[in-house]
Amino acid sequence: MTKPLYSEKGDHLESTAPVRVSRYRGFTRANHWVTALSLIVLLLSGLALFHPSLYFLTGLFGGGQITRWLHPFVGILLFFSFFVLFAQLWKLNLPRPEDRTWVSQIGDVVKGNEERLPELGKYNAGQKGVFWAMSILILVLIGSGVMIWEQYFPDLVTIPTRRWAVLVHSLAAVAIILVFIVHVYAAIWTRGTISAMTRGSVTGGWAFRHHRKWLREVAGRGGQGPAE
Amino acid sequence: MTMDPNLDSPRTAVSNPPIQPMKANLGAGDVVRASAMPNLPKPERELTKVAKLIDVSKCIGCKACQSACAEWNDTVPEVEHNVGLYENPHDLTPDMFTLMRFSEYENPETGDFEWLIRKDGCMHCEDPGCLKACPAPGAIVQYSNGIVDFIHENCIGCGYCVTGCPFDIPRVSKTDHKSYKCTLCSDRVAVGQGPACAKACPTQAIVFGAKEDMIEHANMRVADLKSRGYENAGIYDPEGVGGTHVFYVLHHADKPQLYSDLPEDPRISPVVRGWKGMTKTIGLAAIGAAAVGSILHGLFARANRVSAEEEREAEHLVESSVPVRSEEA
Repeated sequence: MTKPLYSEKGDHLESTAPVRVSRYRGFTRANHWVTALSLIVLLLSGLALFHPSLYFLTGLFGGGQITRWLHPFVGILLFFSFFVLFAQLWKLNLPRPEDRTWVSQIGDVVKGNEERLPELGKYNAGQKGVFWAMSILILVLIGSGVMIWEQYFPDLVTIPTRRWAVLVHSLAAVAIILVFIVHVYAAIWTRGTISAMTRGSVTGGWAFRHHRKWLREVAGRGGQGPAE
Repeated sequence: MTMDPNLDSPRTAVSNPPIQPMKANLGAGDVVRASAMPNLPKPERELTKVAKLIDVSKCIGCKACQSACAEWNDTVPEVEHNVGLYENPHDLTPDMFTLMRFSEYENPETGDFEWLIRKDGCMHCEDPGCLKACPAPGAIVQYSNGIVDFIHENCIGCGYCVTGCPFDIPRVSKTDHKSYKCTLCSDRVAVGQGPACAKACPTQAIVFGAKEDMIEHANMRVADLKSRGYENAGIYDPEGVGGTHVFYVLHHADKPQLYSDLPEDPRISPVVRGWKGMTKTIGLAAIGAAAVGSILHGLFARANRVSAEEEREAEHLVESSVPVRSEEA
């Protein structure tokens, strides 16, 4: 059998009438939600220390001291959790020629005129953008974060370097929150997407509309599961 | 001599404290700036600006100031090993708020060997970098008399003050995870006593009083040093941080870095300003705009929905793909 180009080996048809296509196995979904939860905790605890008007958010964690203690550990959790997710997703997130067309027709994307767009594999260029932005920003955040981790690494870098680290950390944090908003909003706006990460599958129509190459490839493999 | 209880702050560290009971000042009502509290009301009164002057040329390196500091603040600096240096402990620590730093200098102009001793510690900047960097409301305050103080019950131990300070002064405790530094003995000054170090100094190299008086005294000292051949004697009261409430008389004021790397032109780093200025304001605005924008779009714009037609097309697509496979089988 030829190597799949647009799908993971595990992606399969769950049923044919109506069509439901499995998109993420349980492990990947759990992995995703651990990452998501970590990111939300980091976002709330980080924002609390970012702007005085949001300092009250430390109350969610039991005060400023606990927030200061918790944030870096959750950062470590997120880093490793995302790393595992990255290992599963990076291949299909590599750029393909149709991504260029998709981006150049971003107006049709926003208007929902998907019939005018090229057929796509498992991810569109927007999803790929979110994936790579998250990957890079998490690397930047963990790197700069360790440099400003007072409790365990007070002397890791010089104070002038530390100043840059804290600036870079806050800029990257703002960026990743914006990416997070785009990610969540796109999942909500594109109806039918959320079930991919809750039930693990999407409807045939959803796959046909948004990721037809992926659907073709999965359908071509037939109804059997990943046991093949 | 005792201090006049009607004064708002001591004018010297030498005199005894007032014998009449006096109301302690330096409470919440005297705070002019507090960390992460941008809209602080202006205090009703303004206290006389105070300062501690350290005349490096008069210092004999006896460390009485260090002892007095540890004594008054009830800290017990860890006993360390002698590694052949006079500094003891090796650096400022959460338990040692002031430190005599010793440097040896061979003056190329005179050929003299000079032993330059500088009492290091918080400079009590008029524009404090620690306070600017601190994220915890009210953990760092500045009183109207110029003292910058850490309010430990509000400190969260993040170390941002270390990042913000242009003089590398604050130290975060490994025990209680709070940041410590010289308080300029705010608890003594509040009740009419000068700082413990100044009181203990046997040569009056450390003097304390109104900043105005201290500058006058420093000018006299500089004139005296110049008359003795120290042409470059001068005051170190760096403008980059708005002046400081601990300042020096140096015999080589043109080369402050000779004194264990005293920074030549200290100022709050532009990186820290960028972080606490533009990034903070614009960053939060961008996040807010993105959040509000997506909520509005979600409420008022048309969602991207899958049509029934597309569901049927998917079924056709699957039907036309799957049988091929069963024929093969």
